[in-house]
Amino acid sequence: MKKIKCECGHINHEGTVLCEACGKPIEGNQHIDGNDENNVLEMRYEGSARRSKTYKRTFVDKTWAFFSSVKVGVWLIVLALLASAIGTIYPQEEFKNSVLPSSQFYEQQYGLSGKIFYQLGFHNLYSSWWYIALIALIGISLVICSIDRFVPLYRALKNQNAKRHEVFVRRQRFFSESENVSDDDRKTLINNLKKRRYKISEEDGHILAEKNRFSRWGPYVNHIGLIIILIAGILRMFDFMHTEGYVWVREGETKVVPTTEQQYYIKNEQFVYETYSREDERFQEALKNEELDVPSNFQTNAIIYKVKDEVIPGQEPELEEVTRGEIRLNEPLTFDGYSAYQSGTQLRSEYNSISFKVENGEGEELGSFDFKTNEDQRYYKLSNGYQIEIQDYYPQFEVTEEGPSSFSKYPRNPGIIFEVSGPELEGERYFYLNEDVVPLIDDPVTNVTLEDTELITASGLIIKKDFSLPFFLIGAVIFMIGVAQGLYWHHRRVWIHPKDGSLLVAGHTNKNWFGLKNEIESSIDGTSIKMVEDQQEKL
Amino acid sequence: MFKNKKMRLIFRTVVLAALVITTILVLYINSLQDDPVLAEGDQARDFMLERLDNGEDIQLSELEGKGVMINFWATYCEPCKKEMPYMEELYQKYQDEGIEIIAVSVDKNKMVIDNFYNRYDLSFPLVHDKNSTIMELYQVQPLPTSYFINPDGTIERIVKGPLTLDRLETYFNEILPENNQA
Amino acid sequence: MDLYTVSSNFLYVSFILYLVATIFFGATIGNKREANTKSKASKIAITITILGFLSQLVYFFVRWSAAGHAPVSNMFEFIAFFGMMLVLGFIIIYFIYRETILGLFALPTAILVIGYGSMFPREISPLIPSLQSHWLYIHVTTAALGEAILAISFVAGLIYLIVKVDQTVRSKQTTWLEIVLFCVFATMAFIIITSSFDATGYEAEFVQEINGTEQSVEYHLPPLVEPNNSELVSDHFTTGIETPAWMHGADAGSKFNTLIWSLLGGLILYGITRLILRKRVAAAIQPRLSRVNTDKVDEIIYRSVAIGFPVFTLGALIFAAIWAQEAWGRFWGWDPKEVWALVTWFFYAAFLHLRLGAGWHGEKSAWLAVIGFVIIMTNLIFVNLVIAGLHSYA
Repeated sequence: MKKIKCECGHINHEGTVLCEACGKPIEGNQHIDGNDENNVLEMRYEGSARRSKTYKRTFVDKTWAFFSSVKVGVWLIVLALLASAIGTIYPQEEFKNSVLPSSQFYEQQYGLSGKIFYQLGFHNLYSSWWYIALIALIGISLVICSIDRFVPLYRALKNQNAKRHEVFVRRQRFFSESENVSDDDRKTLINNLKKRRYKISEEDGHILAEKNRFSRWGPYVNHIGLIIILIAGILRMFDFMHTEGYVWVREGETKVVPTTEQQYYIKNEQFVYETYSREDERFQEALKNEELDVPSNFQTNAIIYKVKDEVIPGQEPELEEVTRGEIRLNEPLTFDGYSAYQSGTQLRSEYNSISFKVENGEGEELGSFDFKTNEDQRYYKLSNGYQIEIQDYYPQFEVTEEGPSSFSKYPRNPGIIFEVSGPELEGERYFYLNEDVVPLIDDPVTNVTLEDTELITASGLIIKKDFSLPFFLIGAVIFMIGVAQGLYWHHRRVWIHPKDGSLLVAGHTNKNWFGLKNEIESSIDGTSIKMVEDQQEKL
Repeated sequence: MFKNKKMRLIFRTVVLAALVITTILVLYINSLQDDPVLAEGDQARDFMLERLDNGEDIQLSELEGKGVMINFWATYCEPCKKEMPYMEELYQKYQDEGIEIIAVSVDKNKMVIDNFYNRYDLSFPLVHDKNSTIMELYQVQPLPTSYFINPDGTIERIVKGPLTLDRLETYFNEILPENNQA
Repeated sequence: MDLYTVSSNFLYVSFILYLVATIFFGATIGNKREANTKSKASKIAITITILGFLSQLVYFFVRWSAAGHAPVSNMFEFIAFFGMMLVLGFIIIYFIYRETILGLFALPTAILVIGYGSMFPREISPLIPSLQSHWLYIHVTTAALGEAILAISFVAGLIYLIVKVDQTVRSKQTTWLEIVLFCVFATMAFIIITSSFDATGYEAEFVQEINGTEQSVEYHLPPLVEPNNSELVSDHFTTGIETPAWMHGADAGSKFNTLIWSLLGGLILYGITRLILRKRVAAAIQPRLSRVNTDKVDEIIYRSVAIGFPVFTLGALIFAAIWAQEAWGRFWGWDPKEVWALVTWFFYAAFLHLRLGAGWHGEKSAWLAVIGFVIIMTNLIFVNLVIAGLHSYA
């Protein structure tokens, strides 16, 4: 590789802009950082050679240089930003809340713009291949930028010679030249800088005062955090790291827990629904405006069972209680790596039992029977040899072209046809629907009335297993450390350069120039050293 | 960092290749996310349920060597009920050639299945998946859904939605033991 | 007096103190640069600001003890808190940079924000189950603080633009700057119109059909636009123009109606101001700010983003994710509000890269600061207005 020798004797890599040892601008390379057009030197990598900027020969090198560019990185961020924002214009497919298929829903609901939204794939944006590819490109850019800048920055920060070339000092943004500075004044300045926790190094009377060098590593640390988050995102795509299921369990029901390989069962012992009292003094004013009661608690009292010995699916397994507890919003129940979250409720939406009273013609009670929607009891014995036969049962009654039928298996609106028969009675049929009993024959002898109904709640639970969480957390913590380190601390340097009786003072910081200015100002207080001037302002 | 350009080129190529492969892998896994748990070609999951007609247990794995149709249905599903007579008709024809049908009702109540059963004249095994365990196992979404299983226990075909007599017969032929051997 | 009244009074007091402090900050603009921070006026101004902030802090904690939960649980409480954090952000930046001119713009912004929030129902409301978590306090307060510090960069950016944009000729820059200032007028109009009609007790009622069910919708401003698919039931004047169907938030019609009122009112206020000034509003302010140190203001633009960005990330993304994990079992769910927090984050990440990596200083970064604030406000107001999501508070 071609080497460049500086007049100070240091041998620099090709592409170096400022000599690594003394900082003198290297002729012929000044265009790389734009120093040929500005008086103030570009100090971002202290003029170190950056690989990507030096050669662009093979395809690999070109690709590398592409991803290494900040400009490309910013463009990718802007594209991701725009795409994400556009995705919120209309609801995503999973939130569309409609039975219509997406191909019709968007056009019907939102017209032409909805159709375009759907056809461009924005209805499923965040899992679409191109959005994921965009995020992946940002990830590639993160990795390559980090690799590419690590070495030059490391080299630049390692080579902190106190003695710099005069041109380097003169072309810093903060600079002043003072004549006839006494040695005491010089010492005062150095001591004042020391007091402000600058580290002082000296070489032939040249001084470098430096602090918070670690701040320069901030961007790398936070980018590593982001890379870890992206890796966690990849891990989460695998089933062994992350599964998600949803189950509706009715009160009293025991159900297999999805995504657990049929290993766990959950029982909904009871669902608790509570509302705020309208008498509550604190909220009286607000509750006056509410038509409906404001809920204060949704809670499933659940028992989790594990299958004791594996059985062939379909057979009733022997169950062993693992844990029991209350599942509330914001308070999931955790068992063996899985968590159950309160998610949905169908409040008192299904009939658990419907009880009837039966009387004979004289108004004497023949008894009552309790129809349980969940049990398959067909006959109910009454007194005096009377009995009930359930002939037809429609859990969610509706009438279609085919005649009476059920819309689903859930007893949300049960329709029951039953027959009362007795020793001297031909069967008399009744029809129950909508909390009302109607005889199906004219002038029945018996009289059947509704006694009571019991409603139960179905509780919707999200079942989650997510072992990728610690990785996300570690990534997030590292990111936060990185941004704090990079943005809350500042790498500051002051060079003191003696020259033929005068003293050159220059200052540099990667950001927060105002703070550096204040520090220098108070450090030269009481000396004859001139305050540095901001040479950028002059331009 | 690198002694020569060649080393650096190799390093860059390796890093880029790793990143590109990861990206492709991610996109591939992402495209699989929507796929069902059980796909055509997979081994069918075993189960055992009690027959409603004669009270005997029927187990899928014991039917190995026969072509099996598992039909998920329910009494509240009109299209399901409409394909029952086709199934009965072809069952009569293919039963002796090594075809078995298991009609899995996902109803909640046995009573409603009994009522239905009494109205139709069906001879193939009918089982009741009361707690939706098998439905969960097979991740059944719409009703009816039918699984056609080869004599070796692999899933030949998954059909979501109702079937016609012709198609049903075609699918039976696909899973006929003798066709499989040939 | 019950606790609720006590807390409300403290909020009024802080509101007035902010107004007074603004006037004192205004008195400092004539001073010379050096004398500025040491002048009496600026000392009084910052003292009053701090008193106002303390008074609002008292409001916050008294209301907390009255309600039993931190007052960040509905739109009014959140926006009032955001305003308080804006003042806190200003105080922090003031003590770093001692720039009094910032107060002249930051405090009115906070006043407008609090005034805007006060137009939402102010009663103490019970906490619905989904909000019953300590993460509500942690997430919402940190996110609001982060957004408020980021908003300081908007304030600095606005000052920078008013000083720097060439007002001698009409250009794209002058037009956009006027649009930004117009938004200030529109917000003012919103507060004036809403509180006036509130005082008269105006109420019009509609019956709206949503997904087959009928709902009653109340308007507190005369309906310039009706709810989509609705019928007026009370005896009032109406234009008969309907709100577009794609506005899905709760009470979209009434909110859209309010927006139109605010824009029209803002247009009138702005028009009158222009007639009096006989020049662009920014052109009229510009000469008064001639002594402003623009380099310092430019650095404040950057510095408030540098301080606010990590806080925002922590509050609006990390804490939000932890809470979402606890409440819904997924730390990220592409809910519109979540997406807009991500958009904000992307935006300020790009801002920092452009500033530190591509040398976007001065006017460019001032414009970016303004756009950033627009994104934050979009998330605060627009997302709740148009898009129904898990976060729709009000």
